[in-house]
Amino acid sequence: MENINNNNGMEPILQLKEVSVSYAPGTKAVKDVTTDIYPNTITAIMGPSGCGKSTLLRAINRMHDLYPNIKTTGDILLKGENIFNFDPMEVRRMAGMVFQQPNPFPTMSIYDNVLAGYKLNGIRLDKKEKDEIVEQSLKGVALWNEVKDVMSKRGSFLSGGQQQRLCIARTLALKPEILLMDEPTSALDPISTNKIEELLLELKNQFTIIIVTHNMSQAARISDNSMFMYLGELVEHGNTTQMFTKPKNKRTEEYLTGVFG
Amino acid sequence: MNISNSIRVRKRSNQLVYWMVCLFSFIAMIPLFLILWDVASKGYKNFNLSLFTEVTPSSMDALLANMNGDPIPGGILNGITGSILIVLLAILFSVPLGLFIGIYLSENRERKFAKAVSFLTDLLQGMPSIVIGIIAYAWAVKPLGGYSALAGSVALTIMMLPMIVRSTEETLKMLPHSYKEAGLALGSSYTNVVFRILLPSGFGGIFTGILLAISRVMGETAPLMLTALGASVVNWDVLEPTSAIPLLIWDFYNDPNLVDLVWSSSLLLLIVIFILNWIAKIVARKWKI
Repeated sequence: MENINNNNGMEPILQLKEVSVSYAPGTKAVKDVTTDIYPNTITAIMGPSGCGKSTLLRAINRMHDLYPNIKTTGDILLKGENIFNFDPMEVRRMAGMVFQQPNPFPTMSIYDNVLAGYKLNGIRLDKKEKDEIVEQSLKGVALWNEVKDVMSKRGSFLSGGQQQRLCIARTLALKPEILLMDEPTSALDPISTNKIEELLLELKNQFTIIIVTHNMSQAARISDNSMFMYLGELVEHGNTTQMFTKPKNKRTEEYLTGVFG
Repeated sequence: MNISNSIRVRKRSNQLVYWMVCLFSFIAMIPLFLILWDVASKGYKNFNLSLFTEVTPSSMDALLANMNGDPIPGGILNGITGSILIVLLAILFSVPLGLFIGIYLSENRERKFAKAVSFLTDLLQGMPSIVIGIIAYAWAVKPLGGYSALAGSVALTIMMLPMIVRSTEETLKMLPHSYKEAGLALGSSYTNVVFRILLPSGFGGIFTGILLAISRVMGETAPLMLTALGASVVNWDVLEPTSAIPLLIWDFYNDPNLVDLVWSSSLLLLIVIFILNWIAKIVARKWKI
C-alpha cells in the first residue's frame, strides 16, 4: 500500500491501522485497511456496491458499536489518539456524520435542529450563544439567507437539498475535527448536489472531509485524494487527478473506465 | 367460447362482485345506525343539566316521578366523577408502563425475552374482561381490604396496557432508522435519543393509541363490578367504592323504576367515546411524520 505524498510535511489527522470490520465471524467486509488522511483535504471513497466503503466510514465514528454482531479490529487514531480509548459518544462528537437521506429531526424547528447536538448532549447555552451558533452554522452551509425568517418552522418544511444542508449545519455546530459523509448527495437533484459540492470545497478550509460516493465524476470534481475499495480491500489511495489519469492498479483502472462497477 | 364472450363474462362477474361488496357494506352499517338512532332517540328525554349535576335518584323518588308522569329526577354525577377518577388513575399507571414496554419491544426485536413479552401482550389483549376483573379482585381488592376506585383502575390498567404497548412499539418501528443514527452520530446518549427524538417523533401514533385505549376501557363494566363496586354518592377517595357510568347503566337496567336512565347514560357514554375517537383521528392526521 503506497502512501500519498501531498502532506506538505503535515501530520495526518486520521490514521487507520489494519482496520477490519466483520458482520459475521470469519467474513470481513473491510480487510486490513491502513492509510492516513491529512487535514483540510477532501478524500473520496469510491468502489462498487458492497465493497465496504460505508462500512469503513462508519468504523471511524464507531457507529458499529450500536450493533453487537459487528466487530471492528485494528486501530484508528484521530489527532494521534486511539478512538477506541474514548467513549463512543465523545468520538462521535469529534467525527461528525452526514447521512444519505436528509434526516432533520421532524419534531424540531430549524433553529432547534441546528442546536440538536447541544440539546442531546445536555449542554446548556444562553440565548446569545445559541443565536451565534445557529447563525454561524447556517451561514457556513449557505442556508442562513434562505431560512432566517422561518427559523421556527419544522426542518421537514425545507426542500431536500436545504434539509441536507441543515443536517450538515447540525453537524458543523458541534465543531467536529472531521466530517464523515455517506453519499450525501445521492438522494438529491443535480442543482442541490451542485450546491453541496460547492459547500464542501469551502468547508475543507476549516474541516477535513471524507466522503463516500458512488459518483465518480463527483469524486473527480471535489476530492483532493481518492480511495478505491474493492471487495473490502483498499486497492489504491492517492491524489485524485493522478488516480483518474494514471491509476497505479489495474482494478482501479478497470473500475474508472467502466469495465465493472 | 370465443374471446369477446369470455371478456363479457369477466366484466359481468366484476360488476357482480362490486355490487355485492357495496351491498354487504350497507347491510353492515344498518345495525350501527340503528344503535345510534335508538340510543339518541330514547336518551335525549332525560339528557338534561341534572344528568350532569345530580347523583343517582333513589328507586322510590323515581317511582313517584314515573307515576306523576314527570321526568326522573337526579342524574349520574357520581358515575361521571367515578369514571373520571378510575380512568385517570388507570392512565397514570398504564401510560408510563406501556411506553417503556413498547420502547423495549421496538428496540430489542430479536431478543427471546422481547419475543416472549410480545406474545404475552397479544394474549393479554384477547383476555376476557371478566377474567381481568377477577385477577384485579385478587390483586387489589383483597390486599386493600375492600372495593375501591384504585382496585378498579388496576383492572383497567391491565386492559389498557396491551393497546398502549402495541401502538408505541408499532409507531417506533415505523420511524426511519436514520433518526436514531443521526442522534447518536451527534454524540447523544441512547436515553436522550429515545426521549428527545424517537418518542416526540412518534407522538401522533402513540397518543392515538392511548386515546383509543381510554375509549375502550371507558365502557368496561364487568371488571369494575368486581373491583370498584359502585356508589350512590360522589366519591373522590381512591380507597372507597366508586361508581362509573357503565356500572350505573347496569344498575338502571336492573331497576324497573330507573330503566329510562339507561338510555341517557348510554348516550353520554357514546358521545364521550365518539369525541375521543374524533380527537384521535385529528391527532393522527396532524402529527403524521
